[in-house]
Amino acid sequence: MSVEAGEPMAAQVGGLRGRAVLDRVAGSQVVWIALVLAAMLVAFGALRPHSFATSFNLLNMVGDAAILLLLAVGMTFVIITSGIDLSVGGVLVFSAVTAAKAMEAVGAESGTALWVGPLVAVATGLAWGVLNGFVVAYGRIPALIVTLGTLGMSLGGALLITGGVDMRASSRLNLGLGLDKFLGVPEIVWISAAVTVALAVLLAQCRFGRHTYAIGSNTEAARHAGVRVERQLVKVYGLAGLLAGLAGYLSLAKYGITGVSAHSTDNLQAIAAVVIGGTSLFGGAGTVIGTVIGVFIPAVLQNGFQILGVKPFWQQVVVGAVLIVAVYLDQWRRRAGDH
Amino acid sequence: MSTGQSAATGAPLLEASGIVKSYGHVEALRGADFTVHAGEVVALIGDNGAGKSTLTKILSGVQRPDGGTIRLDGVPVAFDRVEQAREAGIETVHQDLALCAQLTPAANFFLGREVLRGGLLGRLGFLDHKAMRDRARAECERLGIRLKSDTVPVSTLSGGQRQGVAVARAVTWARRVVFMDEPTAALGVVQTGRVLDLIRRVRDTGVAVVLISHNMQDVKAVSDRIEVLRLGARVARFDTARVSMEELVAAMTGATSEAMTDAMATAAEEATGEPPRAAGPTRTDTPTRADGPPRADGPTRADGSTRVDGAGRDERGAAAREEER
Repeated sequence: MSVEAGEPMAAQVGGLRGRAVLDRVAGSQVVWIALVLAAMLVAFGALRPHSFATSFNLLNMVGDAAILLLLAVGMTFVIITSGIDLSVGGVLVFSAVTAAKAMEAVGAESGTALWVGPLVAVATGLAWGVLNGFVVAYGRIPALIVTLGTLGMSLGGALLITGGVDMRASSRLNLGLGLDKFLGVPEIVWISAAVTVALAVLLAQCRFGRHTYAIGSNTEAARHAGVRVERQLVKVYGLAGLLAGLAGYLSLAKYGITGVSAHSTDNLQAIAAVVIGGTSLFGGAGTVIGTVIGVFIPAVLQNGFQILGVKPFWQQVVVGAVLIVAVYLDQWRRRAGDH
Repeated sequence: MSTGQSAATGAPLLEASGIVKSYGHVEALRGADFTVHAGEVVALIGDNGAGKSTLTKILSGVQRPDGGTIRLDGVPVAFDRVEQAREAGIETVHQDLALCAQLTPAANFFLGREVLRGGLLGRLGFLDHKAMRDRARAECERLGIRLKSDTVPVSTLSGGQRQGVAVARAVTWARRVVFMDEPTAALGVVQTGRVLDLIRRVRDTGVAVVLISHNMQDVKAVSDRIEVLRLGARVARFDTARVSMEELVAAMTGATSEAMTDAMATAAEEATGEPPRAAGPTRTDTPTRADGPPRADGPTRADGSTRVDGAGRDERGAAAREEER
């Protein structure tokens, strides 16, 4: 789904005339990034047709990316408001831990646990997100500091609850949602894709999205125009937290453990995906589809390098370089936009 | 107050009296009065730091006054938020335009009052992009503002076009009063002429326009009345047709129209930067309120530059200075 991402945009652009067309195509990072991803898929597919371009491998890759995608979509909203959320990895772990605890309390293998678990995970994530939003919006403390603080609090809190020992998911969850497929695709991927599509629509088509862009573009202008800036910020950070909670539950299902020490760089991965996808760190611009592509570029690189036998550490090097290029493109576009 | 007369008759549309506003220990407004009647263009003028922007922010609901009353159609109102002023039909074009650069003109036009689609989708918050685009384009055309494309972000428009969008947005929604804070500051001659035309057209629809400007040519060209602020209070009101440039400058700088030589003296002080503060004559006709609270310093010029000192020649200002010492 990510490969064709650039095309509708290109077609839409084709409807305009003259220099504006060139400007928009050249200025649209989504188009560039989609081309890069497509080129990578083609290259790896041509080099290793029988191992890379198989449905098994591609599904594996998508399955691994599905959880990061949820974090990155939430991060997209936050960054469009010109904020940042460093706490997502910690909130993910904390939510997974509280969900596991709650499921244990109602009987880990019981049917009740299968709806208590996700409910608790999502509610926990939402609570952390709302806390972030309140402090950022009403406390006027920079989001970087607030979410760095809640990252420490949530990770530390998870370690306190578990005593530093990973909790295991119930086998019913791990072997159920963790493995189940629908139409040959893991259910976790379906959930992540459905949430992503819904939020892409929310951002592009709904008032919620419009106000999110407005705040990142010019907070004072938004306030003067009657946008409830503080309330909207609480909702946006709440959404990011909620998605981190959901990601925590899916992660618990997929990997079977709470992974208290496995998510300390989730925030950076999510931010990298969002920025590679063309969302401006300065706020006001960005798309969910760009973020989807931004999640898959590192994922495809890692997978492709493994199959080619390149040292996987190269993936980090290349993603770092892509990140810098992406931010450079954003700045270049901004300069082009200002007269 | 001391000079000039009101051109318009009948009950004022919007009337502020005794507005007080302080930022910390700096008093931006010290009992300011302001009056607008329906269907007139009032210029609100004053030197830097006279309190024009603060008064505008208070009357448009951006900030709350510390004291004083605002009457709309004779009824006391209190604007706690921008929305309340907007619901009352008061719009503002801010000096910095207050546009979201990455949004399209139509998105800016409808920011905070988006048109939603009908039925279930509308209830879910879905935007009616087409309706908003069409309406924004129609309003811009009605006001003679042409945009080459309405699907590009505002950041790609020229300064004049951005100004057009900001002005069109305000006048479209304003039912009673539009405040325009330096609407021509960033514009060339031709575009300035267009904005002034626009102001007249808006006035002709019965909406009052308050023009905040430093440009005396613009003020003389377009306004019906002029109200002068100095040191946070209204010091004079004029009919534009019957006032000379010298009188305006005198009112702004603190001299009175009866004593034009003082205005010249003030100008001379400003030129030399040596205000004779202690020697300032006491005046009984000074426009600032004798019952106002003591002023800590000039509203914005804390450095005691010439203008503050020149203006500080009124007796109360001098008294306040004495108190400080």
